[in-house]
Amino acid sequence: MKTIYLDNNATTAVDPAVLDAMMPFLTTDYGNASSMHAFGGRLRHNIDQAREQVAALLHCCPEEIVFTSGGTEGDITAINSALLAQPEKHHIITSRVEHPAVRTTCRMMQKRGNRLTELPVDELGRLNLHQLEAALTDDTALVTIMWANNETGVVFPIQDIAELCRAKGVQFHSDSVQAVGKLPVNLRKTPIDLLSMSGHKLHAPKGIGALYIRKGTPLAPLMTGGHQEFGKRAGTENIAGIVALGKACELAQKDLSGENERIRRLRDRLERTLLRDCPDARLNGDPDNRLPNTANISFEFIEGEAILLLMDEKGICASSGSACTSGSLEPSHVLRAMGVPFTAVHGSIRFSLSRFTADEEIDTVCRELPPIIKRLRQLSPFSPKDRAPGAPVERPEQIRL
Amino acid sequence: MWDYTEKVKEHFFHPRNVGEVENPDGVGEVGSLACGDALKLTFRLDGQGRIADVKFKTFGCGSAIASSSALTELIKGKTIEEAEKITNQDIADYLGGLPEQKMHCSVMGREALEAAIEYYHSGGKVTKPHSLEGKVVCTCFGVTESEIRRVVRENNLKTVEAVTNYCKAGGGCGGCKPDIEAIIEEIQGQSLLDLPPDKRRSAVAEKKPLTNIQKIQLIQQTLDQEIRPALQADGGDIELIDVEGNRVLVAFRGMCAKCAVSEFTMAEVVQKKLRQFVTEDIVVEEAVS
Ligand SMILES: Cc1ncc(COP(=O)(O)O)c(C=O)c1O
Repeated sequence: MKTIYLDNNATTAVDPAVLDAMMPFLTTDYGNASSMHAFGGRLRHNIDQAREQVAALLHCCPEEIVFTSGGTEGDITAINSALLAQPEKHHIITSRVEHPAVRTTCRMMQKRGNRLTELPVDELGRLNLHQLEAALTDDTALVTIMWANNETGVVFPIQDIAELCRAKGVQFHSDSVQAVGKLPVNLRKTPIDLLSMSGHKLHAPKGIGALYIRKGTPLAPLMTGGHQEFGKRAGTENIAGIVALGKACELAQKDLSGENERIRRLRDRLERTLLRDCPDARLNGDPDNRLPNTANISFEFIEGEAILLLMDEKGICASSGSACTSGSLEPSHVLRAMGVPFTAVHGSIRFSLSRFTADEEIDTVCRELPPIIKRLRQLSPFSPKDRAPGAPVERPEQIRL
Repeated sequence: MWDYTEKVKEHFFHPRNVGEVENPDGVGEVGSLACGDALKLTFRLDGQGRIADVKFKTFGCGSAIASSSALTELIKGKTIEEAEKITNQDIADYLGGLPEQKMHCSVMGREALEAAIEYYHSGGKVTKPHSLEGKVVCTCFGVTESEIRRVVRENNLKTVEAVTNYCKAGGGCGGCKPDIEAIIEEIQGQSLLDLPPDKRRSAVAEKKPLTNIQKIQLIQQTLDQEIRPALQADGGDIELIDVEGNRVLVAFRGMCAKCAVSEFTMAEVVQKKLRQFVTEDIVVEEAVS
């Protein structure tokens, strides 16, 4: 049985060309780029080249890129630095739907005595920028808001947020782990101060990422020690990972709009078919402002882990926001923040595609899923009569305060 | 993915006795949509008082479905007296074991059985097992003190984490962890000082007196972070109207009437949370508009 991998927001396959590019640095070229001898020292050139490749994808200067161990490290570095480098400020603004890397770190900073504002989202997962504006104060050290949501794919208006923060002179960090490679990013146009990205979401391996630090933004490093990465991130460079990330960025840039248009069409077909063929299914997240590769669908009255197990039997990989799969006893904080009713939150499935997703794979999923949903519905004691009366099944258009 | 035994997988992929028995002698319904799992068990007795027909319907994960299926196989052909003796451990054993974090699925099975037997004894008048009545300790999942006592005793549980695995209590906001700890300590008669420090963390211990402003801020924050998201998930909302001393006036908006723990008034639930997070002597009142 062939695996159909629709969990690309969790991680992606390493592109064969990326593997080829990094392989020499795991075998023959194992030197340390900081060494005085040529065997190591010449590898500096490969790091520089990768930095240029990343900068080209983000439209920034290579010196503004610092390699990290991944998205999490970039997020923590940014949040930590904003407070340390601006010791007179003690307030962070974030959203309620951030990845745990940001959410948990912000809450930890709150426990240490800082003030935290977590902005709500509406039923479609959208922010209200008036609320953001109202929350900004002279004490605000950082606004940290993700570019695209990993669970729903909802894309935030980052241009507007960045301009607002710039106008108020507040540092702005964006966890852009899900956006880079899926959306055009142009840091010459978008005044973001700090941006984190991760290799394994765009066909590089796990454990490598980058933090963009706009020129002039003060940075207090998280990793202190050696002088690597302009003194902003100590530790012997992960050359193989860095080269891989560079290559992955180059590949992502090649046909960004064409590839993503193809993925979007596949995603739309998957979504339309499932919503048509499975009764009591609903889409989660703003349909108009979404990553092209993500579909988050709730199958009401059944539970996500059970759906995933039956899908797994057919070789189909996806993920769920149900309590049983979240690693805790509570369902996805993202869907809860959007007010997705309990009838739907536990049965949410996220499908995330990539450039390796084939047409026939989508055909198979469209065919295999409806019987799975039907089978679990027959087991379930619940049905539409168990919806709370008046619960928001259709989403109101206005933004909730 | 969870590490399920072959038996669990087998019962999940091919569940036995799915459906509802017609004209049942016993009906047990436990769990809820909000909590993420629910089980409806129905059975009918034959002339000799043995469970002749038993069926289930389950909303839940793989192990919840497997546990329900196992339960029906375990009690089929048994008398009520025999069935009454079945514990959650029997269900787990029948399946060759369950992952620790999934033990609550076996407990849900035992609770449904208890509820169905209660229904049988009362001729359909009582539909809840005794253990699900009384004082609620965990307001996030609506778990009572007697239920916690029971899982601690029957499974010889020694940590709050284990209690959470077995009945979900403490798995939400975590505010009731000190209460659960106290219950464990009492039952196990063991000083918690024997446990590693991270297991005996006590949230109430370090509370200092609050200034009025701090108190109002903390109340607002607790409402925002601990209470509002749950209400909004059900299409409702809460608003802080006023704070006078320890009297907190709130108003409910939208649809809060039908909430996860409908046996208690919303004000009681809010009060319990505020007592956990702010101060012990808070009294919550609902503003009438
Ligand atoms: C939005 C978002 N932020 C951060 C991360 C963490 O990235 P990493 O796994 O590279 O640490 C992820 C992925 O796991 C993510 O989706």
